[in-house]
Amino acid sequence: MTTRFAMAVDTVRCVGCNACVIACKTENAVPEGGFRDWIAQEVHGAFPDLSMQIRSERCNHCAAPSCVDACPTGASHVAQGGVVAVARNKCTGCKACIAACPYGARYVHPEGYVDKCTFCLHRVTQGRAPACVETCPTRSLTFGDLADPDSPVSRLLRSRRFTVLREESGNRPQVFFLA
Amino acid sequence: DRNRVEDPGTDGDRVVASYCELCFWGCGVLAHVKDGRVTKVTGNPDHPLSKGRLCPRGAGATGLLYDPDRLKRPLVRTQKRGADVFEEVSWDAALNKVGEGLLELKRRHGPEALALFSHGSGGTWFKHFMKAWGSPNVGAPSYAQCRGPREAGYLLTYGTPLGSPEPIDLAHARVITLIGSHLGENMHNTQVQDLADAIGSGAQLVVVDPRFSVAASKARYWLPIRPGTDIALLLAWMNVLVEEKRCDAEYLAQHANGLEELKAHVAGKTPEWAAAITGVKAELIRDSARFIAAARPASLIHPGRHTTWYGDDTQRARAMAILAALLGSWGRRGGYLTFNKMGLPPYKVGKEMPHGGKGAADKPRNGGYPVAGEVIASGLCDAATPGHALYDLKGWMVYGCNLIQALPSRKQTIEAIQNLDLLVSIDVLPAEICGWSDVVLPECSYLEREDDVLAPPWREPFLALRQEAVPPLHESKPGWWIAKELAGRVGLGDYFPWKDAREYVDARLTLGRHDVAEARRRGVVLGKVGPVCEEEGLAIELGTDSKKIELHSEELKRLGFDPIPNYVPQEEGPAGHFRLLMGRAPTHTFGRTVNNRLLAEPYPENEVWVNAEAAKALPGFPGPLRNGERVWLVNQDGARSGPVRAKVTQRIRDDCVFLVHGWGQGAKRLRYAHGKGASDAELVTRYKVDPIMGGTGMSVNFVRLEPVGRTA
Repeated sequence: MTTRFAMAVDTVRCVGCNACVIACKTENAVPEGGFRDWIAQEVHGAFPDLSMQIRSERCNHCAAPSCVDACPTGASHVAQGGVVAVARNKCTGCKACIAACPYGARYVHPEGYVDKCTFCLHRVTQGRAPACVETCPTRSLTFGDLADPDSPVSRLLRSRRFTVLREESGNRPQVFFLA
Repeated sequence: DRNRVEDPGTDGDRVVASYCELCFWGCGVLAHVKDGRVTKVTGNPDHPLSKGRLCPRGAGATGLLYDPDRLKRPLVRTQKRGADVFEEVSWDAALNKVGEGLLELKRRHGPEALALFSHGSGGTWFKHFMKAWGSPNVGAPSYAQCRGPREAGYLLTYGTPLGSPEPIDLAHARVITLIGSHLGENMHNTQVQDLADAIGSGAQLVVVDPRFSVAASKARYWLPIRPGTDIALLLAWMNVLVEEKRCDAEYLAQHANGLEELKAHVAGKTPEWAAAITGVKAELIRDSARFIAAARPASLIHPGRHTTWYGDDTQRARAMAILAALLGSWGRRGGYLTFNKMGLPPYKVGKEMPHGGKGAADKPRNGGYPVAGEVIASGLCDAATPGHALYDLKGWMVYGCNLIQALPSRKQTIEAIQNLDLLVSIDVLPAEICGWSDVVLPECSYLEREDDVLAPPWREPFLALRQEAVPPLHESKPGWWIAKELAGRVGLGDYFPWKDAREYVDARLTLGRHDVAEARRRGVVLGKVGPVCEEEGLAIELGTDSKKIELHSEELKRLGFDPIPNYVPQEEGPAGHFRLLMGRAPTHTFGRTVNNRLLAEPYPENEVWVNAEAAKALPGFPGPLRNGERVWLVNQDGARSGPVRAKVTQRIRDDCVFLVHGWGQGAKRLRYAHGKGASDAELVTRYKVDPIMGGTGMSVNFVRLEPVGRTA
């Protein structure tokens, strides 16, 4: 089977510290004001009966990516392992993909092209973990190949309950939030 | 090829191992250097504290290194003190001026009239300077303004303070109880790693906090306590443990003194009694007590860290320590451990240190604070006001701590400063204290310097090296160089015989028979792991005179204090006011990181947390306070800070508000942080001194909110 990269985010372990965000910014030289990943906190209930979910979020590298469909130039494409990527030289910065993405995962780089999470493909193709995964102090992030049933991410998704964000979009997101 | 992988190219041509100083935990880092620039900083997998992972601050070190607002050249004050007006001078001119000032101070008042406030690893060079100079007045706000009461409470109970990093076994605890500690937001890397591992393996949390903290959101039990009533809750928990015979009786019989007195003391202090005081339901107090007890001895009462709240803080720490004893967790797996330090021979100076006559000037003239284990920074501050201490301080050197925000009562701090003959600050950034200094000496960041070896006690003892990744930027200099140059100018050059810090460290490593090249390559030398708890074969040993755990403290009784903690009600605030609580955000280390542009991206400024119900009808507001709206905070004495964004939330009680400490910076040369958010320190016009150890309880101030635009 072909490689299908995915990520599991353990919301039980995550404290929302932003280490993933800073590590991503330095690893990928993300410009000021741009984010390839971020922290979401979702609070429910009223004092004192409260619950909160903390999520490290990023591009969901959807199996049916609406951003790729929306791209008029073919810059947004599905790369190795199902990673949704942007070919900078083909991107005109028209923002059709930004409008089409249900997750707000893309931003316009000051150099004019649209930028987003690549799952650190430059690292994972060398057998290294994405920068966010590598630094996460709570080990909340697990990256791997869903096509390999023995990969840590496959195992986690078999053993834990999980949800995806905006399932109704039909995008088939590949980032899974463990509860 | 459209499928070409974009490589941002941030891997270094050179990778330098060092240890971090974005906070004081000291995690191992790898600095990636490319074309002479540090591109990124990642965790050192070989280092026991980081285990290859960094918190956001550690990963954001380049934001400090390349901060455009860094101190670039030495500065000498040209206008009145506090005007923050300086001229740039050469290092020679600045050091000569400091040297002359120091010699004049010594001639007129003696060497003890000089104090050093020091926070940070480069401070060791200045501490050495102070020894050679002959002054005992070396302190840091990290004791009397932070973890001091905890240290005194555990010292009185177990005969040993906890120190940093705390020897607690989060990883193996089955129940972890946090009392006002918001670990996870308070981002001590290894502790958060262990906490997550514990949660991942099924450990449960009990969180006592007026705020629904991140930890509370993961807790089995959250006790949203009325601020200032923790001792009542702790006594009620003890009551349940004692009355229901849930203590570790065998352990207590073997290791503790005063169980009968304790039983008598907590009789009647029932959950129902505490419920009326704490605002926590009796049933919740009882259930959580049983839950905590069921996991003993692997039931960890986290000792906390920033513990200077209400002035009775040593007694609260005592109550926590006693509770831990009832659970039998001291010396046991999942509780409190005994760590070892890896020894390293000192550098042979070959010159005797002068033997000082006077003791430190950190206590009032009429005495006090009998259990203080470290020098009291607020006491050193007071000693600059004539006639307060046994003798007056006339000069301060301030290394890496912004006393304006770290000490309580800004007014008092500034009055003390105005009495000084000489104030020298050594810092990387133009902190507020620099603006009040006579001479400002720019130190380089930790990535540009060598420092002494770090060897904290830890489960796996180790040595860690601080190494220069890139040469100092601008005209900044490393601390070791500044201290040595200063020593040379005041006739103490012989005490600094090393060529540089690198030679100093290599000499120590060589004396310790370590492979210097390997240590420098790896950044860390690992020692032997020994047993750390009873389960691993380490017998429980207590450091008290009685060699027992002091549930009832004869020492406190002798000194005239309660031998077992009592709950004493705190003063309430004026009508329409909220108690002001402070805490941490994971992206920040007090005010030290607030100007860091990289860390500002996810957390650009602090917010004042306000209960959503209370926000609907605030006195003086025309309508409900909206989330994100800016407000002023005005305290009971009229001190104000802001404007600050309001975080209107269900996640906090309606009798208090919360601020992350460090914001509301008045230093105008911190161009990013200046004027952003609100300063809790500015609103701490009152504080309550812990009579046992001199800690300054600062959560005794009350604020009201005022709409922006209506200010007189």
